[in-house]
Amino acid sequence: MTNNPHISIQHLNVFAGDQRILKDISINIPNKKVISIIGPSGCGKTTLLKCFNRLLDDTPDIKVTGKVLVDGENIYDPKAEVTHIRKKMGLLSQRPYPLPMSIYDNVAYGPRIHGTRKKVDLDKIVETQLKATGLWNEVKDRLNAPATRLSIGQQQRLCLARGLAVEPEIILGDESTSALDPVSTSIIEDLFIKLKEQYTIVLVTHILRQARRVSDYIIFVYMGKIIEFGPTEELLLNPQEELTKEYVKGFIS
Amino acid sequence: MTITKIKLYNYCNAYNHYNQIMSFRLLKDKAYSKLMLVFTSLSVSIVLFIGIGLYCKSLPVLHKSSWGSLLTSSEWKPLKGLFGFFPFIMGTLWVTAISILIALPLCLLTSFYITEYAPNRIRKILVPFVNLLSGIPPVIFGVWGVLFIIPLIQDHIAPHFVEFSTGYSVLAGGIVLAVMIFPLIVSIVCEVLNTIPGELKDASLALGATKWETIRKVSVRKATPGIVAAVVLAISRAFGETIAVLMVCGNNPVVPHSIFDPGYPLPALIANNYGEMMSIPLYDSALMFAALLLFIIILLFNIISRLILARVERKLAV
Repeated sequence: MTNNPHISIQHLNVFAGDQRILKDISINIPNKKVISIIGPSGCGKTTLLKCFNRLLDDTPDIKVTGKVLVDGENIYDPKAEVTHIRKKMGLLSQRPYPLPMSIYDNVAYGPRIHGTRKKVDLDKIVETQLKATGLWNEVKDRLNAPATRLSIGQQQRLCLARGLAVEPEIILGDESTSALDPVSTSIIEDLFIKLKEQYTIVLVTHILRQARRVSDYIIFVYMGKIIEFGPTEELLLNPQEELTKEYVKGFIS
Repeated sequence: MTITKIKLYNYCNAYNHYNQIMSFRLLKDKAYSKLMLVFTSLSVSIVLFIGIGLYCKSLPVLHKSSWGSLLTSSEWKPLKGLFGFFPFIMGTLWVTAISILIALPLCLLTSFYITEYAPNRIRKILVPFVNLLSGIPPVIFGVWGVLFIIPLIQDHIAPHFVEFSTGYSVLAGGIVLAVMIFPLIVSIVCEVLNTIPGELKDASLALGATKWETIRKVSVRKATPGIVAAVVLAISRAFGETIAVLMVCGNNPVVPHSIFDPGYPLPALIANNYGEMMSIPLYDSALMFAALLLFIIILLFNIISRLILARVERKLAV
């Protein structure tokens, strides 16, 4: 699993002012698997996720040191182009944030930015991605309606389609189902399982059952440090570290 | 038996007492809400009273000439009893339009810089400065216009385009007004931009969009209703701005044909002449009509912009 890592993090530290919120993180994330980052709230899960596509760049007073290698390239290299890095990763946030435009334009937004202009090409991308997220049959007759008219669950799937439209290699999910009802949640979870054939998926979640349902590997983060990393069943059923044991059993949360 | 009775009695008493206090408090609540309603309707009805008052006062001049001739005639000869308001209406529109055309791009770029690009410590200096600008009295802007803008137009800008200009022009009025409405638009647009959730911007950035693309395609769209509202407020303010404009506009009652021509906006007409030359028959009534016109222009403008705003909001569904 470490032979051919898709993302390799080496000695990553994140400082917010004087406070160190991520402490010397080093980890290899395998290709085309689902990896869940679990841990109590405020432990740095989301910060760790945001390091993957440099979304912390614009946050004031945040400093990142160390290396994050994606396909062997350090994305924190000063010469690395940030738009190019982000294009490689689709982000699915806690709540759906559809762009203030139509359903069609939401999906076409990314490809348009990256230079796809022809209507035929855009049409094809929109259809493919909406089908990939199972939304096509629900919205094909109202592609020009504002995206905000969709239900929350549909909006989240639209956001996933929007992310997939720029042909990323990696999908980042930040508690992507926390605002959804159980039915929508299970649709999204099934999508993750289906999508891992083509993508490496990193999810932040605080729901252990969800981590167990969808992920191949689990990273347990506590107080800004990686405590344990291993295959899902092993980590959940037979944790090696005392902290992991307590978290999995529900003593700390 | 008796003890329970006494207990019951005490309970009832306490309950009644509680009820009395409660009803008094509820009464007070009702009284306040009614009082607020009265005051609110009073202040709202002032708009109506002003309109009616102005209309009544301008009746004499309306009896002599029709609405049509007053609005479309360019003859302004009070001594002969000729009152044509067309030049003043056009003067008002020219100055306001120029000010918005100058101010809007500057305001938008400034707001984007303040909210999206400026580092914290620069923002902390910039925002009070912008607010300070709105606290400067109009007459100071007027003096500044006379001392700096007029010579600038006369010597450096106008010679490139026209043969002769004194500098006193609708352009000068527009520039001074633009500076005056600048802080108003910037502060509203900044507020609106600050309400846009960071996650929405992140969503666009995460797709590989640059900051500028994100602002242009996402933030501006989301903020459009707010930006429109800011512009409407600024235009309303610009229509009515008097002293600073009359100091630099030239105050010549002819229809301006270029930005270097002088103009005579309605507020300047009223402020310049009210209280003087009142011995001329119908003059005070004509000035009241000028005020009524200004009132109607602002009213219509507000109604129309509200309709537009509603459409924009529906279309974007933001």
